[in-house]
Amino acid sequence: MNTALIGLKIPAPLRAYTDQQAIVQVSGSTVHQVLESLTGQYPRLQTHLLGEDGKLRSFVNIYLNGRDIRRLDGLRTAVSQGDKLAIIPAIAGGQIKEGRWLDPSPR
Amino acid sequence: MRLALTDVQMGQIRAHCEATYPNEGCGILIGRAQEGIKRAEMVLATGNGRESSAQRNRYSIPPEEILAGELKAEEMGLDVIGYFHSHPDHPARPSEFDREHAWPWYSYLIVSVTQGEALSRRSWQLREDRSGFDEERLVVAAAEIPKGEAE
Repeated sequence: MNTALIGLKIPAPLRAYTDQQAIVQVSGSTVHQVLESLTGQYPRLQTHLLGEDGKLRSFVNIYLNGRDIRRLDGLRTAVSQGDKLAIIPAIAGGQIKEGRWLDPSPR
Repeated sequence: MRLALTDVQMGQIRAHCEATYPNEGCGILIGRAQEGIKRAEMVLATGNGRESSAQRNRYSIPPEEILAGELKAEEMGLDVIGYFHSHPDHPARPSEFDREHAWPWYSYLIVSVTQGEALSRRSWQLREDRSGFDEERLVVAAAEIPKGEAE
């Protein structure tokens, strides 16, 4: 596979770890290699993106040209020059059934 | 950090949360963050991706709608600055479930809808250590009337 150089879109919550860059230039021939390129540049991102098993965290989605990589070949999905890759947060939540609420702790 | 919306945007959020009652409604806040304030420029109501039986007290924004929101923000030269969701017949305070699923930096606007009426709203930001949320000041101000329409 040829190594591609592409721009990876970083969501706002993770830009604190990329010197506030919204697009980071990364290289690789698969999504996994691209993430290695990313965390090689910004090591603090690793724990936010990957679990201890090396798999993508469940609340992190990665889209390649508008398609969720979990529906492609996961982290082994091939990337090519010109591809658009984006880290997209999974957003979920809700009240709970039996009133355990978080009261903000005094700071 | 503060979250600023116009009364029109807050009205859109209220309307969506009341329309989805008794289920949780949700959506995306697009805007910009500058000098300690996140200012919303657009509100995007979304679907609730949870199964019907769970929507009474759970929400998830469908990933394709989150992607669409990110692309819309990028097109407008803005960012996704946060998300809103409702708590039907429960307070506008984050739950443990909210905490477990939250991302830092985003504003999480929660609207309490009681018997179909949106009665209160509060905004929150997850602490960096994920231990809880800090409430952020929510500012709702009148939208500016475009020039030429003031008469």
